Amino acid sequence: MQLQLQYFLLLAAALFCIGIYGLITSRNAVRVLMSIELLLNAVNLNLMGFSNFIDPQGIKGQVFTVFVITVAAAEAAVGLAIVLSIYRNRETVDMEQFNLLKW
Amino acid sequence: MNLAQGVQLVSFGILSVMMIASALGVVLLSNIVYSAFLLGGVFVSIAGLYLLLNADFVAAAQVLIYVGAVNVLILFAIMLVNKREDFAPIANRWIRQVSTALVCIGLFALLSTMVLATPWAVYTGTAVVGNNSVVEIGMHFFSDFLLPFELASVLLLMAMVGAIILARRDYIPDELMPRDTQAIAASTLPERPRELVSAASVTPRAPR
Repeated sequence: MQLQLQYFLLLAAALFCIGIYGLITSRNAVRVLMSIELLLNAVNLNLMGFSNFIDPQGIKGQVFTVFVITVAAAEAAVGLAIVLSIYRNRETVDMEQFNLLKW
Repeated sequence: MNLAQGVQLVSFGILSVMMIASALGVVLLSNIVYSAFLLGGVFVSIAGLYLLLNADFVAAAQVLIYVGAVNVLILFAIMLVNKREDFAPIANRWIRQVSTALVCIGLFALLSTMVLATPWAVYTGTAVVGNNSVVEIGMHFFSDFLLPFELASVLLLMAMVGAIILARRDYIPDELMPRDTQAIAASTLPERPRELVSAASVTPRAPR
């Protein structure tokens, strides 16, 4: 029995759902950013699965994955800089207390 | 089933269990440092899955960039914002957690139904030799993916400059330092009164 495309897609879907759960229920702002990395890795796993099983000669999925890794690294850096400057002003990283825009 | 397929199947099973367990640890554990190290475990197991998908370059790039840079950055950020406080408990928090879990399980059911029901057009031609993925990626980067490649470098420059500007401390020049309390109140947030540090008071120390 060989590895099939559906296994990787199911695995990526599970990782994506775990990432969404972490994104919505986390109170620590750094954990929210870690959940966003989980989401992006789930998408990458999807792209790599498609690249290997549907396009093994052109491997365009792998090229796309390299770009997603690049953008995710840049976004993690900027996001953590934002969290750091919020911490300097508010002395906390509790997401419940970042409610200045709440009506 | 020959030995190669058996090894692949067993490796896939071990890596997927590692990945799901580490991901659950990232979102469910209360200690944020444990979560950060388990995130590194997620990244490493995904790199292993990439190796099972004939992608040696992307697996190496995943380990280098995600584990080597992003995870270390997250750990530094945890060190800098580590206040060691217990968040004030909010009432009926379990309602939010249960409803989010239900939504996520519903989303996973929807996605898995779609995955299992779609007739994927899997490539059934001759087997492709998988040890020149770097050459193929390089040829894509310089022919049909050239514009995204250049834009990615601009994006990295923007992100670096932006992160430095956001995260640096701003010192106020000495002549602009506000003297009276009204001016001080005008240049600080009401929620968090912080001390304004003047640039002249910070003397740079030469390393010994």
